[in-house]
Amino acid sequence: MDAGTMGSASDAPTTGEHRMGTTIVGVCYDGGVVLAADSRTSTGMYVANRASDKISQLTDNVYVCRSGSAADTQVISDYVRYFLHQHTIQSGQPATVKVASNLVRLLAYQNKSMLQAGMIVGGWDKYEGGQIYSVPLGGTILRQPFAIGGSGSSYLYGLMDHEWKEGMTQEEAEKFVVKVVSLAIARDGASGGVVRTVTINAEGVKRSFHPGDKLPLWHEELEPQNSLLDILAAGNPDPMDH
Amino acid sequence: MSSIGTGYDLSVTTFSPDGRVFQVEYAGKAVDNSGTIVGIKCKDGIVLGVEKLITSKMILEGSNRRLHSVHRNSGLAVAGLAADGRQIVSRAKSEAANYEKVYGEPMPVKELADRVASYVHLCTLYWWLRPFGCGVILGGYDRDGPQLYMIEPSGLSYKYFGAALGKGRQAAKTEIEKLKLSELTCREGIVEVAKIIYGVHDEAKDKSFELELSWVCDESNRQHEKVPNDLLEQAKAAAQAALEEMDAD
Repeated sequence: MDAGTMGSASDAPTTGEHRMGTTIVGVCYDGGVVLAADSRTSTGMYVANRASDKISQLTDNVYVCRSGSAADTQVISDYVRYFLHQHTIQSGQPATVKVASNLVRLLAYQNKSMLQAGMIVGGWDKYEGGQIYSVPLGGTILRQPFAIGGSGSSYLYGLMDHEWKEGMTQEEAEKFVVKVVSLAIARDGASGGVVRTVTINAEGVKRSFHPGDKLPLWHEELEPQNSLLDILAAGNPDPMDH
Repeated sequence: MSSIGTGYDLSVTTFSPDGRVFQVEYAGKAVDNSGTIVGIKCKDGIVLGVEKLITSKMILEGSNRRLHSVHRNSGLAVAGLAADGRQIVSRAKSEAANYEKVYGEPMPVKELADRVASYVHLCTLYWWLRPFGCGVILGGYDRDGPQLYMIEPSGLSYKYFGAALGKGRQAAKTEIEKLKLSELTCREGIVEVAKIIYGVHDEAKDKSFELELSWVCDESNRQHEKVPNDLLEQAKAAAQAALEEMDAD
């Protein structure tokens, strides 16, 4: 672009498309699943929302973790929620996790040229128990014991392969996903904020919230600070005092 | 006066003054005159049986089937106009295929029965259509276990333990009621169905018939398929023996 037109409204950091440079995780444990996500939504360099909820409800017993374009993944989950509602009424029983995932896949695949959406569907049903399905960019569907997604996931593959264990307890699994997402947040600039988790099992659904300043600190991370003034107050030579 | 109602039986879209739709009732007559079909729900699956009346000695054995598969886990028996039945089968097949494409799992039998019944009923609502001249018995096995449905030309559909349509339906139903269906296995069930079909067959009015049997049960791996030939022959033999025994008494 030529230099003369610099500074027009369309160049403002807040006007671009909202994207979720994200870390999302889904893990099966003994009796259910845990989903987890960070909370950063950005437009380019600008953090549009630092406390977004990337884990959306599809039915009573099925949730989805969203990554990619915020708009695209919202509209997909809206449609899937609507179709599942119809399906539940028609069949007279709760939709299975498989049905929910297949609807996500169908929309993601049929509109793949227009969408940027990577999603992880997780939930519990009475037929197959806790299940995780990942539906990445092109619209494939894959049932997995655990799944990771978003830009932050590239820092997690080796760790997940190493540390995920079959038959974890609910507590182990919940601790595990918080650790994993906070690790990704530490390395990935596009992930950040808080960690949200959703646990789904035969008993129902439990949501948890882990504030950013209560997350474990990893390699070379700094202690959280409330204000620059605190830092300055702590260090001795008063900058104003010459 | 018997002439009351005259003129109200020409269209499916006109009620008679006492609230009946005669065309649909006449379609029911086409079913009542057909060869008998029977379906029973045993403890481990469903057995369907058809008395297929042979109209000509030159018809090839095994042709003009009245038992059809809808998808892997369900089948459908037709009483009445066989050609109308094929239309229903074709609709049922596409409903099942479409369901599986959208939801990624086999269509539950209940849902299938609902959709087929809606389709049958739809054909009783427009003046440019005629109702189906056939009734069907739909049997299938899904994650909720084996299920049996009967759909009439009116679009009415109920879930059954045992169902029968066609000429011999009354006699067949009394026989089914005598069975202990909750204890019967499908292997035993095919013999009972064969006995019923042979029993209700009217030797005097209808010359010959062919027995069609299919099942969907644990033994068939929850797949709807023809009863294997050896079992079919055993069932036929048992049915004939039972008939002769009855005649001897």
